[in-house]
Amino acid sequence: MDLKEWFANRQKRREDAIEVRQPLTTEEYCALWTQCFQCRELLYTRDLRTNLHVCPKCQYHFRIGAVQRIEQLADADTFCEIDENLTSADPLGFVDSEPYPRRQQEASRKSGLKEAIVTGTLKIDGHEAAVGIMDFGHFGGSMGSVVGEKVTRVIELAERLRLPLIIVSSSGGARMQEGIYSLMQLAKTSSALKSFADAGLLFISVLAEPTYGGVTASFAMLGDIIIAEPGARVGFAGRRVIEQTIRQKLPADFQTAEYLLKHGQVDMVVERTRLRDILTQLIAFHGAAGSGGELSSSVSEEALSTR
Amino acid sequence: MSPTEKKAVPLEFEQPLALLAQQIEALEKQLAENQSPDLDLDLARLHEQYDVLKRSLYSNLRAIDHLALARHPQRPYTRDYFQRWDAQWIEVHGDRKGADDAAMVCGLINFGEVRAVVLGTQKGRTLRDKQHCNFGMPQPEGYRKALRLFHHAQKFSLPIVTLIDTPGAYPGMTAEEHNQAEAIAVNLLELAGLTVPVIAVVTGEGGSGGALAIGVANRILMLEHSVYSVISPEGCASILWRSADKVSEACQAMKMTAREILSLGVADEVIEEPLGGAHHDYDAAARNVQAVLVRHIKELSRLSPAQLKAHRQGKFRKIGSFVEG
Ligand SMILES: [Zn+2]
Repeated sequence: MDLKEWFANRQKRREDAIEVRQPLTTEEYCALWTQCFQCRELLYTRDLRTNLHVCPKCQYHFRIGAVQRIEQLADADTFCEIDENLTSADPLGFVDSEPYPRRQQEASRKSGLKEAIVTGTLKIDGHEAAVGIMDFGHFGGSMGSVVGEKVTRVIELAERLRLPLIIVSSSGGARMQEGIYSLMQLAKTSSALKSFADAGLLFISVLAEPTYGGVTASFAMLGDIIIAEPGARVGFAGRRVIEQTIRQKLPADFQTAEYLLKHGQVDMVVERTRLRDILTQLIAFHGAAGSGGELSSSVSEEALSTR
Repeated sequence: MSPTEKKAVPLEFEQPLALLAQQIEALEKQLAENQSPDLDLDLARLHEQYDVLKRSLYSNLRAIDHLALARHPQRPYTRDYFQRWDAQWIEVHGDRKGADDAAMVCGLINFGEVRAVVLGTQKGRTLRDKQHCNFGMPQPEGYRKALRLFHHAQKFSLPIVTLIDTPGAYPGMTAEEHNQAEAIAVNLLELAGLTVPVIAVVTGEGGSGGALAIGVANRILMLEHSVYSVISPEGCASILWRSADKVSEACQAMKMTAREILSLGVADEVIEEPLGGAHHDYDAAARNVQAVLVRHIKELSRLSPAQLKAHRQGKFRKIGSFVEG
């Protein structure tokens, strides 16, 4: 199922839901109400969605999926997905308590996605951009061969079309089940970013809760501009591993976006409700500086079809 | 048996061999005290058994045995190689930004036929040494020190040789505050852009991103008993099996031995070690590695600067396994 179909189905499901006027099951009740993880406030899910999944009371930023993120960022009907048919192989024949292919199926069933990233082009307030949106809900957002390949391809596409690039990261790190291949995706994506950078193009990295390991140690930390969402936890090693290593408690705000800002690791912490505006400003600014340049959507479609 | 061999600390899987060696030693002592043709014959038989056992033992190692050899406390470390390659090698220090990470050793070496910028992660031998080198786990400052040397090599058109033997990048509080992730990421990006030959040799443990940060090379070579993995087997076992006892399973599942990494197309060549492991004969191990290194440097030197960069980028561009359509 491609993303457009997905949106269509979702719209349909929403409409169906409205028509039904039966007493609510527990499941439906839960879908209607969401409790804030931070302030424990019971929030009406529809309001939460309208507020971009940010708690109106305490500003807690709920984790969101790739589809929701694209919905929030893209001008209506401008998102055009690429490489949607890339799926993981099982190069090592990896089995722990379950075989890797079964874990993949399970991940897809939960997320409704084929892989932990959705890539393509879109317009943000009229500005064309290439994007990669990671989804933590799919296999913990882990990077294996497919994520590495899709990130690399979207970087290459952005370079070819001279588009600004935005990658929203949310990942537990490299995918262990693909062993050394997963590790090598760090090199593959960073290498692609080298030529992208040499072409004088803009890469904005957005760090969402949580971003760790192989993803921070490659493309996520290589943005010309790095934006973190409030409260997002970002780091190389996980908190528990560090505490075990240094045998001491870490400060409560360790590895949060705000902590990172204080330590010079990100350019800004931006609330989700302002993200679109900031991205627009940044793209407009660098475009005006003469490096990026806006291309008509027809150009990108043309380039897409020659892929 | 060479004298160094007797001093080598046996690993668990080497116990049968160690027992046999003890018997041989005891018999030799007896023989020294009173000559007897019977004992002579026994001794010859034991020696024969020993050789057979040794050969079969080391040709049928499990992944976890390779790991044990890669982590052997007597395994030659980065400085041991540098010293043997060029007794006059020049060590250089510091990231120029406030620190000199002892876990990353950098210098200039003359192999005789070729010169190179060399660098590698360094483990310590004594407890004090180990702490000084942070058990071979670099801080961001170590990766930035390496980066300085990459640029040095680029400026003077020198090949780069890196030796990898690290459990990984250090997971510490200051390391995070100084942006370990960025330090690694920047090295990956900068290595990708170099126009000089880059050769990485995994001599012991190739531990994840901390290893790769000096491993984006035109050629990746691995010592016979070295390992290379995306996460430590202990980490993998505790996350996927939720049990520290499953390290052997994790080692096997991740396919981390030199031969496996070679067959997965990531390593380009496996360098043979002295029988039983590099720790049995430092000189021979260093000679083997040097011969292979010099051959690769010479091969790569035939490429133009642009070709070297394209070759390296192309090598990593191809790595991965997926289904399309
Ligand atoms: Zn709240």
